[in-house]
Amino acid sequence: MTKTLFEPSIRSRPVYGELSPRAGSAHLFIADGEGAEAITDMFAKAGADAPALLAKSHIIYMPGPYGTDLSAALQALGAAQFHRAPSFNAAELRIRKVLTDAHMGLQVYLAGTETVIGLAQREVMMAGLPFEAVQTEHRGSLSRRVQCVHCKGVTENVTTDPFVCSHCGLNLFVRDHYSRRLAAFQGVNIDAEDPGLVPAAVERFK
Amino acid sequence: MSVGAPKIDVTVAEVVEVNSLIKRFRFVRADGGAMPPFSGGAHVVVEMEENGTRRLNPYSLMSDPSDTSGYSISVRRDDLGRGGSLYLHKQVKAGMRMQISHPVNLFPIDARAKKHLLLAGGIGITPFMSMMGQLQKMGQKFELHYSARSPQLGAYCETLAATYGDRVHLYYDEAGQAVDLDRLLQGQPLGTHLYICGPKGMIGWAKSRAEAAGWPRNTVHSEEFLAPPVGNPFDVELAASGVTVTVGAAQSILEAMEAAGVDAPYLCRGGACGQCETAVIRCDGHIHHHDHWLTPEDKASNRKIMPCVSRFEGKSLVLDR
Ligand code: FES
Repeated sequence: MTKTLFEPSIRSRPVYGELSPRAGSAHLFIADGEGAEAITDMFAKAGADAPALLAKSHIIYMPGPYGTDLSAALQALGAAQFHRAPSFNAAELRIRKVLTDAHMGLQVYLAGTETVIGLAQREVMMAGLPFEAVQTEHRGSLSRRVQCVHCKGVTENVTTDPFVCSHCGLNLFVRDHYSRRLAAFQGVNIDAEDPGLVPAAVERFK
Repeated sequence: MSVGAPKIDVTVAEVVEVNSLIKRFRFVRADGGAMPPFSGGAHVVVEMEENGTRRLNPYSLMSDPSDTSGYSISVRRDDLGRGGSLYLHKQVKAGMRMQISHPVNLFPIDARAKKHLLLAGGIGITPFMSMMGQLQKMGQKFELHYSARSPQLGAYCETLAATYGDRVHLYYDEAGQAVDLDRLLQGQPLGTHLYICGPKGMIGWAKSRAEAAGWPRNTVHSEEFLAPPVGNPFDVELAASGVTVTVGAAQSILEAMEAAGVDAPYLCRGGACGQCETAVIRCDGHIHHHDHWLTPEDKASNRKIMPCVSRFEGKSLVLDR
């Protein structure tokens, strides 16, 4: 699967670019699922510069939400460090450690689903880099991480709109309104005025 | 802010000769009240009137931002400049009444930073003095690297070293000392922001080294007030006001407009803030863009001008003002 095209939306909705090599003292890649292909594509484009870049690269990878696992292709790149984690949660402490020890000059590249890009970007922001300094490229599933604005519970891998909050059971309409701090889209009760009047769920975020 | 914006009436409380080139001025409110609070990195525009010429020059505030009893600025004498600094050095004495603008900050601290790396050259030290006062109170990590020609000409070197200890690093050109910028940039923890203030050459050099070292653009901040350059006199037609003004050799377009009673917007008067941006209706000649505001494309198009610092040479220039 290649780069995703998104319809223009409200300003809050994150937009993604295309990874390209930048000058830096170290390079950190965090990706899930099909995001691996954004990384291999980038190194293919780097051509003769790729070996020098790889010698300063650390790749942290986890399978996508539907199990896509392209570890082998990433490992074959021969980066200075490659780490496969079963999930973002499992990789979180490692990511924090890498960021805590990092120096200015580190370039950060995030690729894959919005969920992993958002969660990783939040870590990078907390480490003090402005979010605009991070390169991102969307690949793979469009499923969303959504926070229920009523009970505050976060439901992972939401594919339909509306959906039922996995915490409080309210019917939620999925907005494009996004929080970088929560790394989640906002879900708002759709039948507050007329309880029970809920439109049929449509699969919008496969 | 512009001509009609409220000013602060002040009394010059103190004039101190810091060294052979630099004087420090302290302003207190003429009515005895408290000054408005400001944030580290802010500046004020000081009004000066000499032989019928009115000058408004921006100067960084160097006093502690939490001290509202008065403001201090330091001014380096520029013998070849248009006269603002010479006027302050030669004419302004304690007890005099003057007018200054409210503080404006175009060079603020970025509160998202984990550490602040301050790089000063010469008189560029002044905004950092108020910034450090604020950073110290906020308990933030910072480090100052300050280059001056010599210990005699390095204003406040000793005070700074005494106050902030090993967070202050001094370099004297005459002693052959120079900051090892590449090494300094490499060793900074993630989340450090760089702030640069000093001569034009130094700002350009430091920015390009930071870019080469992979520092993201929005972690690098700089401030340089440009004095409007001197040049040949020229005429400017102000279409909306229906007047044509002559801009003198040591005058800016903005000052010529003000002298003609045209109320034009401004904030920094140093080509940094963008407030004075004006549309060019016709340009038959060459605009000398001196600002840091317009993009290279804007400058090449000759459709916009920053009247606070830019000049013109040629047949005719018509502005939408
Ligand atoms: S007044 Fe600030 S750029 Fe002209």
